[in-house]
Amino acid sequence: MATVSSESQSDQLKVVTDATCTFCGCVCDDIDLTVDGHTITKAKRACVLGTAWFLNHDVDDRPSCMIKGKPATVEEGIEHASQVLANSRYPLIYGLSDTTSESQRVAVSIADWIGGIVDTTTSVCHGPSGMAFQGVGEVTCSLGEVRNRGDLIMFWGSNPAESHPRHFTKYSLMPKGMFVPNGRKDRTCVVVDVRKTKSANAADIFIPIKPRRDFEGLWTLRALAKGIELDPAQTLEDTGVELSVWQDLMDRMKAAKFGVIFFGMGLTMTRGKHANSEALLALTRDMNDHTRFVCKPNRGHGNVTGAYNVVAWRTGYPFGVNLARGYPRFNPGEYTASDVLARGEADAAMIIASDPMANFNEPARQHLASIPYIAFDPKETPTTRHAEVAFTVATYGINVPGTVYRMDDVPIPLRPAFESPHPSDLQILEGIEKRVKELKAIGLAGQASSLRPNAV
Amino acid sequence: MSETFILIPGRTSKQGVGINEGKYGETYLGEITKLQVAPGDMERLGITEGDWVRLTGEHGTIDVEVISAKKDELPEGLLFIAYGDLSSRLMGGDTHGSGMPTSKGFDVELETIPTPSKS
Ligand code: SF4
Repeated sequence: MATVSSESQSDQLKVVTDATCTFCGCVCDDIDLTVDGHTITKAKRACVLGTAWFLNHDVDDRPSCMIKGKPATVEEGIEHASQVLANSRYPLIYGLSDTTSESQRVAVSIADWIGGIVDTTTSVCHGPSGMAFQGVGEVTCSLGEVRNRGDLIMFWGSNPAESHPRHFTKYSLMPKGMFVPNGRKDRTCVVVDVRKTKSANAADIFIPIKPRRDFEGLWTLRALAKGIELDPAQTLEDTGVELSVWQDLMDRMKAAKFGVIFFGMGLTMTRGKHANSEALLALTRDMNDHTRFVCKPNRGHGNVTGAYNVVAWRTGYPFGVNLARGYPRFNPGEYTASDVLARGEADAAMIIASDPMANFNEPARQHLASIPYIAFDPKETPTTRHAEVAFTVATYGINVPGTVYRMDDVPIPLRPAFESPHPSDLQILEGIEKRVKELKAIGLAGQASSLRPNAV
Repeated sequence: MSETFILIPGRTSKQGVGINEGKYGETYLGEITKLQVAPGDMERLGITEGDWVRLTGEHGTIDVEVISAKKDELPEGLLFIAYGDLSSRLMGGDTHGSGMPTSKGFDVELETIPTPSKS
């Protein structure tokens, strides 16, 4: 149960217990924050990334709104942003992984009212896995089950020691669980990667796979699971790993009581992409002929899992959704942000809590720089610097309450530490939603929201 | 003279810390502009820490400072850079119908260049 208490030495000092860290997909909700006015001075139990997250989100000394680089009121910003969006023919709404699910929900509504595309950073994270889920399905579980049952823990193309530092200690390797009472001693950890990462150093077995050969490695295991004989020379040539190593791994997988494969962007960002994820999901499914086996993408941003869930429960599809015709259409590669921008299609955009001007490919960045767009971020980024309307917003989890989804789809409430003078993105998005509905005359008698004059 | 390598952009904890401190801060900019090279490759190519190299991929070119990868971390023939502005400049626009540009494990040509003067 969260509490806020004052420490005796100072009126200003308070402690927020069980605060939630939203920097990575682990969404640790056991952090005790010491708060001095508008500064967090201590974040007990947070890892190096979580500590940097909490200790570096003071209130940014910038105007809450800038229009074309000049300070403006938030109301002026909402009006300008609404005009840009309502008057565009093919608007893109993108980002959404570092904000609350409440804000994600409103952003999807705006995309619907303006007949735009809504895409999230899922598309450049585990979007290919999302495609694979639709093709194969996902045998999965919560992190609590991993903690209490997992005795063979595999990481494939994922380096949680650097990207999710408390993954091992809180969920997957170290905890003493109901059926693994001796914790780490009861678990075997296997890392498959092209580099000997920090995570590989924590593993019992490291399998250095040939770069761009994850698909071949996964199908080797699928064949071995079925008892199919393979040619050792061909296997070595295809995967860079001896067949005996794969056979030893398969023996361990079959002998496990509860096997888990966490997989990362080593699969989704590399040649093969969704085909790599599909192979891993299919292997997990195959293993259930022998024992209990599950898999989970190690999702990165704090609420990328929320973005995936919210867009799915609002439109029926998880990312890259086109609402221009008044009903949702899903086609990765066509309606995903990187493609829509790189092909020069969108004529306006709204970027929420994401930095495509730093992280997208060059053609996409060039096109984004050439169109009017609105950006929301607590901090200054290359994306906010180039925006037509830039909002400095309060930080979710630190200043703003709401809900985020942990990487295993478990929704978790936020417990903010102090108030920000900047508005939340939810407040601004609600203002924009109200105004674009007026501009589109939605809600007036006889106006059906699904009949859009700007259908593409 | 240039040589072909496979480039792996990825996350590092320093890069994550840098994102929180600010994308115009020293930690972030320092981390995303350094290229890790395997010690064996550095020896063979005659480069040392602090030297600069040019990476040219199918879609772009970047200039980066070299640091040595930790022993055994990178096999020879592989390069590593923290994911960020520079690594993204080497990505193409095509996502092969997936929404995801190929962002890891692509070929680059590496050539040594003179250390740029600090202005
Ligand atoms: S593991 Fe992730 S969620 Fe947990 S404290 Fe570290 S950064 Fe925050």
